[in-house]
Amino acid sequence: MSDKKLKLGLYWAAGCGGCDVAVLDIDEKILDVAEVADIHFWPIAMDFKYKDVAAMDDGFLDVCFLNGAIRNSENKEVAELLRAKSKVLVALGTCACYGGVIGLANFCTREEILETAFKKTVSTDNPEGIIPQPVSEVDGCELHIPEVYEAVYKLDDFVNVDYYLPGCPPRAELIAKAIDAIVAGQLPEPGSVLLPAKTVCDECKREKKDRHVDEFKRPWELIPDEEKCLLDQGLVCMGPATRAGCGAACTNVNMPCRGCYGPAEGVIDQGAKAMSAVAVTAVSTNLAEMEKVISQVKDPAGTFYMYGLPNSLLRGRQMKEAK
Amino acid sequence: MTKEFEPRIVGILCNWCSYAGADLAGISRIKYPPNVRIVRVMCSGRVDPSFVLKAFAEGADGVLVSGCHPVDCHYIEGNYKMWARKVMLETMLQQLGIEPERFRLTWVSANEGELFKQYVTEMVDAVKKLGPFQKPVNWMTELLEHERSLGTAVQEIAAGGGVGE
Amino acid sequence: MSEEIKIGVYVCHCGSNIADKVDCAAVAEFASKLPNVTVARDFQYMCADPGQELIRKDIKEQGINRVVVASCSPRMHEPTFRKVCESVGLNGYFFEMANIREHVSWCTEDREAATEKAKALVAAAVARVPLQEPLYERYADMNDRVLVIGGGIAGIEAALKVSGGNKEVVIVEKEPSIGGTMAKLDKTFPTLDCSACILTPKMVECAQRDNVKLYTYSEVEKVDGYVGNFTVTIRKKARSVDLDKCTGCGLCITKCPTKDIPHEWEENLTTRTAIFTPFPQAVPNKPVIDRENCRYFTTGKCGICAKVCPTDAVDFEQEDELVTEDFGAIIVATGFELFDPSVGPQWGFGKFDNVITSLQFERMVNASGPTKGKVLLKNGEEPKSIAILHCIGSRDENYHEYCSRFCCTAALKLAHLAKEKTNGDVYSFYIDMRTFGKGYEEFYNRIMSEGIHFIRGKGTEVVERKGQLLVRTEDTLLGKYREVPVDMVVLMAACQPGQDTEKLAQTLAIQRSADGFFLEAHPKLEPLKTATDGIFLCGACQGPKDIPDSVAQGAGAASEALSLISAGKVKISPIVARCDEDKCGGCMICINLCPYTAISYDEEKKVAVVNEAKCKGCGTCSGSCPTGAMTNTNFTDEQIMTQIEGVLAV
Repeated sequence: MSDKKLKLGLYWAAGCGGCDVAVLDIDEKILDVAEVADIHFWPIAMDFKYKDVAAMDDGFLDVCFLNGAIRNSENKEVAELLRAKSKVLVALGTCACYGGVIGLANFCTREEILETAFKKTVSTDNPEGIIPQPVSEVDGCELHIPEVYEAVYKLDDFVNVDYYLPGCPPRAELIAKAIDAIVAGQLPEPGSVLLPAKTVCDECKREKKDRHVDEFKRPWELIPDEEKCLLDQGLVCMGPATRAGCGAACTNVNMPCRGCYGPAEGVIDQGAKAMSAVAVTAVSTNLAEMEKVISQVKDPAGTFYMYGLPNSLLRGRQMKEAK
Repeated sequence: MTKEFEPRIVGILCNWCSYAGADLAGISRIKYPPNVRIVRVMCSGRVDPSFVLKAFAEGADGVLVSGCHPVDCHYIEGNYKMWARKVMLETMLQQLGIEPERFRLTWVSANEGELFKQYVTEMVDAVKKLGPFQKPVNWMTELLEHERSLGTAVQEIAAGGGVGE
Repeated sequence: MSEEIKIGVYVCHCGSNIADKVDCAAVAEFASKLPNVTVARDFQYMCADPGQELIRKDIKEQGINRVVVASCSPRMHEPTFRKVCESVGLNGYFFEMANIREHVSWCTEDREAATEKAKALVAAAVARVPLQEPLYERYADMNDRVLVIGGGIAGIEAALKVSGGNKEVVIVEKEPSIGGTMAKLDKTFPTLDCSACILTPKMVECAQRDNVKLYTYSEVEKVDGYVGNFTVTIRKKARSVDLDKCTGCGLCITKCPTKDIPHEWEENLTTRTAIFTPFPQAVPNKPVIDRENCRYFTTGKCGICAKVCPTDAVDFEQEDELVTEDFGAIIVATGFELFDPSVGPQWGFGKFDNVITSLQFERMVNASGPTKGKVLLKNGEEPKSIAILHCIGSRDENYHEYCSRFCCTAALKLAHLAKEKTNGDVYSFYIDMRTFGKGYEEFYNRIMSEGIHFIRGKGTEVVERKGQLLVRTEDTLLGKYREVPVDMVVLMAACQPGQDTEKLAQTLAIQRSADGFFLEAHPKLEPLKTATDGIFLCGACQGPKDIPDSVAQGAGAASEALSLISAGKVKISPIVARCDEDKCGGCMICINLCPYTAISYDEEKKVAVVNEAKCKGCGTCSGSCPTGAMTNTNFTDEQIMTQIEGVLAV
């Protein structure tokens, strides 16, 4: 009986943990999952050790859902380990798929980040200015901690990923649907994104009409009309350039899409595509006027790469210092 | 003494004005630095900002986009659309640590061979001063080398310009 | 597409044009090692017969299925080599060109650098060509009827010329009669022949020709389709008179009890009845009921016209009718309107009785006009002095920056007529005298000899002092400020776009220039075309024009339309935008980007749809498509990105 059950693993790398919570959000569906699957590894929910995983035969796990990006050597080590032990590896959530919000760290160097985190914040109390090192000596012994990498990486930079289920977090229904598909053996081509091919605009019910913006605004600057397209109202909305699946969750509550479900099928650089689409809504034949309007978008890189900088063509900021 | 740095600049030119302007520079036997390699599109309006980023990701040291002068666009106003993208792209490139001299949008008409030469020369000079463009991807290479030296098993990333797809 | 890619690369020496600066053999050698390359050769002249034959032979004998020629600019020989491929059955779009002459050998000093640059361009072409898709020129059917919008002299001329070419033509005129502005004029410069004498025969001819159909008191409501296949909805406004029954006897007009309506066609210098024809030579010469002012429609009582009509033609129940017709080409000839000088209080128009517009004066001097050709003040007396003020609303940054072109010569004509009719003092206030046309300068010289007072200075203000009109000016020849007392002031108001220009531009999806007139495709070489294929312009709707120019343009636009429809079919270029419906998220960003309205939105499928016959292939839509659904054939994202990789491979 039990050997017919699906062997499941779940892991949380560099991320916020929201994806794990999303798994729990499938509610009573979890009982169905328990019916068909045994969970062999899920550190956030149960006490497992890496050595338990290391002891598994290669390909022991039928499916492993891995969320979070690769930020340090531990993330990578476990990702490689789980890859070896899993028949199917699913990158769960935007961080694992595209780098996610934490990928915004690629605007800074590792040193800048560590300096800020350990020395510069208001609440930091670190008079000796110690920054943790991968290897340090304590009482004559060598202490090892994972090494923080220069940049944030997506999972498939290191291991082969079978399926992608992006979202920050992915909607519980989508996770449930993915599990159903796995159980039923109805998975698409390896390498696929387990989402509809369309974009958020397709799911968004707002009326798109003007496609011309005279002034870009921040969400706090207006209470948007609930019927009209947010972009038409001057709010930078990533909906046109973002994969569907969320059911237009943000625009339904009057907030512009920020692009968390990642690029449309086949798109190489979501941020560049979104930027191109948004910029041309301000087109006029008056160059100075156009410049004025477009400059109202203060942080284009941060806006358009909010969830996908490590997945972009440049992956981050050019660092002269890194020479 | 190493050879002088010769930047590689990608020129994306519209068919009707700028490409023809570059043709005219040739026809007039105007000599200019050989650093700009030209890719033709029908209209500067075709230029997706991804093309500019792609060029940098592939190791270009600069990108020159050129179209018809305002009002002269063969397709009425494709050049204005490129201008809109350019305004936002400039800020974005700056945020990505790319010096403004490395990307330029110019207007060159079919009878401005001299102007094309001028823009190319200016850009080559400016980029030479900056030195080579350093891909952020270099971090990745460094990291992989580091891992290799530790002897840890590493999944090799395909060689060539980029990592990932 | 599992067929193995076999690329043939041909590096041309172009005699010594390329070979002098580029080591062609080295480039060929380099190319031979690139992926998918089966043969790589260098040759003296690729465009000459032996060069072309080389390609043909390799395609036939070596199974080459992609061709790269490194030679001159594709703007020069791309069509040549496409034909070479096609002559042996290979699609012309399986060909790519590397420009190593204009962009390399001719512009580079150093041979080594030139060779390296040539290699980069060849590498890019070789990288790109496997991704290229076969493309085909296609043809759509062509309707051979022509629509002319506007029945002024330009539209009439265009319609008669098209009709003369044995094609059917339809004129849509918003007024009850064709004729336009020219019908209101008295004399025409510089010959001073009577306007009606030369215009009315043409108007009548329009009505009489079998292949000319008139829709007067009608407007274009909607235009669908594209070049060769326009479907146009025309609104025939309710005329309240059955044109088939009416004989134009005019009895109804004489009996109509409402006689105090300002007569627009007479520039409000007189009044008219509620049922009326705008002028005696109207075509069709049949009345229309002005429902806003007709007692039957406002009070429900009256109906005298219906009672007196001998043919029972008055039809109070008539409603607006929408008719739909198909056309292959459309000629826009909607003319202009006069600038309203009351906008600028300094000229006193609307404030002082005897300040009138040029067109009002024109009606006054016309023998069939409201004053039977007499120049009269409001009080019925003849003026002893008349001032004619040029450039009212033209060449004035507060109103219109442009010059209205015809008004200087028109002002000279009016000065002549004023002198002839009144023998009083006539003053002409001008900035510069712009008499540009054939015989116009001679006309100016003639008028100067007629005792007109020419004052070089713009009439900046008209004031009244003790019942006397004064024109204020700075006389720039005397260098003095002057006030000239006159009895009557004629304002040469600017020629400006008609009020419905904007709406019509939207209906037709054509552009307007900054001055508000319709925009031609090219200011010099395509003055009659618009950016939308199959829609042409003529006359003053494109910018101020006098009669000779309007007539010339009308004939020209007819020639454009005839040349188009005579081809019998519409060629559709293979370089277009295409939308992948599976990927399109329906964001509609592309729709506004297209200047040719080639993209529409399918409400049902919620996707963008490209009309390839309207698309010109610029690719602007794909440059801003956030999903990559919109592709530009032969310039896809993948092809361009691969080409970029290619130029950086060396």
